[in-house]
Amino acid sequence: MAQIFTYITHKGGVADDTALELAAAAKKIDAGAAVTAIVTGTGSDLDAVCNDVAASYSEVWKIDNPALAYPNAEAVRKALINILPAGAILLLPHDTFGMDLGPGLSIKTNSAFVADVADIEGTDGTTLKLVRQEFSGQVSTHVTCDASAGAILNIRPGVCKADESKSAGGKVVDKSGNAGDLKAGRKFLEMVQAEVGDVDITKSDVLVSVGRGIEEQDNIEIAKELAEAMGADLSCSRPIVDAKWMEKSRQVGTSGQTVKPKVYMAMGISGSFQHLGGIKGSPYMIAVNKNPKAPIFQVADVGIVANILEFMPELTEKIKEL
Amino acid sequence: MEILVCVKRVPDTSENEIAVNSDGTDIDRDDLVYSVNEWDNYAVEEAIQIVDRVGGKVTVVAVGDDESEEVLRREMAMGAHEGLLLSDDAFAGSDGKGIATILKAAVEKGKYDLVLTGAQADAGAGQVGGMLAAMLDQPYASLVNKIEVIDDKTLKVGREIEGGNQEMNEIQMPCVLSIQTGINEPRYVGIRGIRKVASVEIPVLGASDLGVSSDAVGAAAAKVKVQDYFVPQLGAGAEMLEGSTEEIIDKLIELLKAKGGLK
Ligand SMILES: Cc1cc2nc3c(=O)[nH]c(=O)nc-3n(C[C@H](O)[C@H](O)[C@H](O)COP(=O)(O)OP(=O)(O)OC[C@H]3O[C@@H](n4cnc5c(N)ncnc54)[C@H](O)[C@@H]3O)c2cc1C
Ligand SMILES: Nc1ncnc2c1ncn2[C@@H]1O[C@H](COP(=O)(O)O)[C@@H](O)[C@H]1O
Repeated sequence: MAQIFTYITHKGGVADDTALELAAAAKKIDAGAAVTAIVTGTGSDLDAVCNDVAASYSEVWKIDNPALAYPNAEAVRKALINILPAGAILLLPHDTFGMDLGPGLSIKTNSAFVADVADIEGTDGTTLKLVRQEFSGQVSTHVTCDASAGAILNIRPGVCKADESKSAGGKVVDKSGNAGDLKAGRKFLEMVQAEVGDVDITKSDVLVSVGRGIEEQDNIEIAKELAEAMGADLSCSRPIVDAKWMEKSRQVGTSGQTVKPKVYMAMGISGSFQHLGGIKGSPYMIAVNKNPKAPIFQVADVGIVANILEFMPELTEKIKEL
Repeated sequence: MEILVCVKRVPDTSENEIAVNSDGTDIDRDDLVYSVNEWDNYAVEEAIQIVDRVGGKVTVVAVGDDESEEVLRREMAMGAHEGLLLSDDAFAGSDGKGIATILKAAVEKGKYDLVLTGAQADAGAGQVGGMLAAMLDQPYASLVNKIEVIDDKTLKVGREIEGGNQEMNEIQMPCVLSIQTGINEPRYVGIRGIRKVASVEIPVLGASDLGVSSDAVGAAAAKVKVQDYFVPQLGAGAEMLEGSTEEIIDKLIELLKAKGGLK
């Protein structure tokens, strides 16, 4: 079996949750593998991350370079091309960094690429057997990946249970000298923080959340009335913000807010992983959707098959009568 | 500025319930409503807006069968100036790398300052743009939600990252960008607009026109292959409330009260 590597994303000297998830994912490919983590960055933050993840990996390859102070995917790619052995399997998180890095890196290393891997079933020789989803999670697929010349797998965050054992006791190896020239055609300028809105949905106990099933802007009012009757706050999925029907600060998901309510009402939301990725703390989830096969019903506690445009006004009416 | 936008014809998930066919080899494609991939529509709108500001031309390109012509026409009705269909039996079964290989050949037949793709399409991969950029040896930025033209060589682009924060970058053209939804408000296309472009000729190029070797694309070249489709049973699934709407609402209110959902 090929050598397995993971790439560790980190911020402020702290490794991302995916660092330990990828360690677990690597074991699903090859239970006996000696897995190497690659950490890029610069200075004391980088050292802190390397020392931290060393407990979970056989080896940690550190690449310290000022050009990597901000993880510019193009510069990271150049470093990886120079240090990865031929035929390596590299695991990346399927987040906004992994999406930026993985596809192009696979071309440059002439290895296979699989995006958004939802599960790893195992290997058959040099063929990896994986599970993915298509159509925003409405169907799943078994996928084979010919890894004979190497593979880059972007693993969906949250699907592999982190390996917390911290028993690998790996050593940190400085590979900075092997990284080569990291000049890139894309230059990081600055970070613009997301706007703060009128309500902070991250503090709400009860959320009525609307998705594309609301169909029209005017119908937002129907959801608002329900939220008011319940004493809940109103939140939404991404298409509602894209359409400018609600403020970005009310968007739940990986590219929006992370909420931790006690009760979450998903109204006309299909249940994509990017949406669910913003819901933490296992709230009691109620889903109303007209499609009985909507993926949201697999994760909700209670499901109701109904047209939200008819269901919500009736529910509001009944609550007001209480 | 010469801009090429890659567009894909996909089943419209807001119009269809996607189901697996009887033998699990595909989704059930009878009676599906197709449209242009949501992300690609934003990419075309962005290209049109850039050209409106700085001049130039927008070309839309699709890899697909004859039916993909309809999405090219739709995007031309929006304001794209030219369409290009890349179609060949040899392309069938291509994986992401295969599609990028075909698109690369089309890019090299033109002279584009900027190539746009959607951030992802129906299989949720988000791979073709980054692969295409690497094959062309051009800089790339994914999940772009802002584009500012600085001069004829330089763009300032915002990438949407976790938490809705925006990473600003300077990038040199020619380059490839994948476009995230919400970057703009795609214009409405009426039936009138579609009629206007109904008879515009859309060139069709096959493997030999593009100089693409048929063993570099298609099912035989694909390292990544879908074996079957299925609907997973994850966990226990939701307790489905059934009965009359009245009964359902009474039960739901009881549950909401118990779980602290009513104040
Ligand atoms: C990098 C990246 C980041 C992303 N970040 C986020 C994020 O932070 N948050 C987020 O939400 N998404 C995010 N997305 C988008 C995500 O992939 C999905 O496209 C999105 O979550 C879908 O929203 P939805 O469920 O409202 O719409 P859809 O998937 O279109 O679902 C609409 C649902 O409503 C149902 N419905 C329709 N009409 C009715 C009716 N009248 N009554 C009842 N039900 C009805 C349908 O059956 C369907 O299930 C991101 C995508 C990418 C690529
Ligand atoms: N068959 C295709 N024809 C044209 N463009 C495509 C095709 N497949 C993918 N793309 C482009 O690549 C983007 C990302 O798709 P994917 O990598 O398949 O998720 C899409 O939004 C399109 O811009």
